[in-house]
Amino acid sequence: MDNASLFQCLLRFGDNTLVLGHRISEWCGKAPALEEDIALANTALDLIGQTQMWLGYAAEVEGADRSADDLAMLRDVWDFRNILMVERPNIDFGHTIMRQFLFDAYHHAQLTALSRSSDPRIAEIAAKSVKEATYHLDRSAETVIALGDGTDVSHAKMQNALDLLWPYAGEMFESDDVDAQMAASGIAPDPATLRDAWDLRVRDTLSLATLNIPEDNFAHKGGRTGARHTEHLGHMLTQMQWLQRAYPGAVW
Amino acid sequence: MNTPEKAAPKRTGEWPLFEVFIRGQHGLSHRHVGSLHAPDAEMAIKNARDVYTRRNEGVSIWVVEAEAIHASAPGEKEALYDPSNDKVYRHPTFFDVPEEVGHM
Repeated sequence: MDNASLFQCLLRFGDNTLVLGHRISEWCGKAPALEEDIALANTALDLIGQTQMWLGYAAEVEGADRSADDLAMLRDVWDFRNILMVERPNIDFGHTIMRQFLFDAYHHAQLTALSRSSDPRIAEIAAKSVKEATYHLDRSAETVIALGDGTDVSHAKMQNALDLLWPYAGEMFESDDVDAQMAASGIAPDPATLRDAWDLRVRDTLSLATLNIPEDNFAHKGGRTGARHTEHLGHMLTQMQWLQRAYPGAVW
Repeated sequence: MNTPEKAAPKRTGEWPLFEVFIRGQHGLSHRHVGSLHAPDAEMAIKNARDVYTRRNEGVSIWVVEAEAIHASAPGEKEALYDPSNDKVYRHPTFFDVPEEVGHM
């Protein structure tokens, strides 16, 4: 196991939480109900907090005199290693919640496994984060059920969101050389091993939500390897990074 | 005789209102902190967690549907409370407490 691989692995963790955290922060002040607004903002803050830990450790491992902030605010699209699903635009509340649920179910399984990592720093970060992810999953699953098994309109919107998002779920379980190295040294699980727990949780919840899981298992990929991102990530970064781009080195 | 059917919930498009009570620490009682809307009691607890315990305020949450709370009427204030105003003997202030008992 070399440091470059560990760095890649940490970027994948940190970029998922950073990009999704930013996406759901876009709801701040305009969610459909005050209670949902605060809940989404809380989730966004949890994810940004986890990002600080993942990218902070990534920066140390890289040893190139960069900080977590540098990694978050000064990299461009092709250096991001998040899965494509989390960079998708929010579209509407149903789509946002469905994406959150599909990710939370994965995130919870991933963090549970990572809390047993042979790397003590990773185990610590995961043990802290899994408590947050447990709550995120609880909340998003319940909302998916309520909306899926709700009115005709909410059901149709949730089914539509699931159909749109399903082709983005497969990337979460892809693995490559980096993952093989991580798994061999007990640092991180092979993502493919998380699929059973995820499937179980997702099928259970979606069935309670009276939603049909699409049969096609085609998966868009390229985000976590950096091969290609969707056109949405660049637009998101112009918003997220504009201050550091316009006023380099600005601090509070 | 037919049992009357349970009245269908009012469809106002609004989630019902819940009153939120939070216990700050073990040993204290739950205190009313505010209210919120939620589709059901389970979501009300989650919403209360997000709205009222963000700064580590609580160890326990109660939620009660606001319409389940029965309150005394402000108009009955005189009948309810005034009669106890002039009954000073109800306060235990007429006893000489021996020194050695200390602060009570």
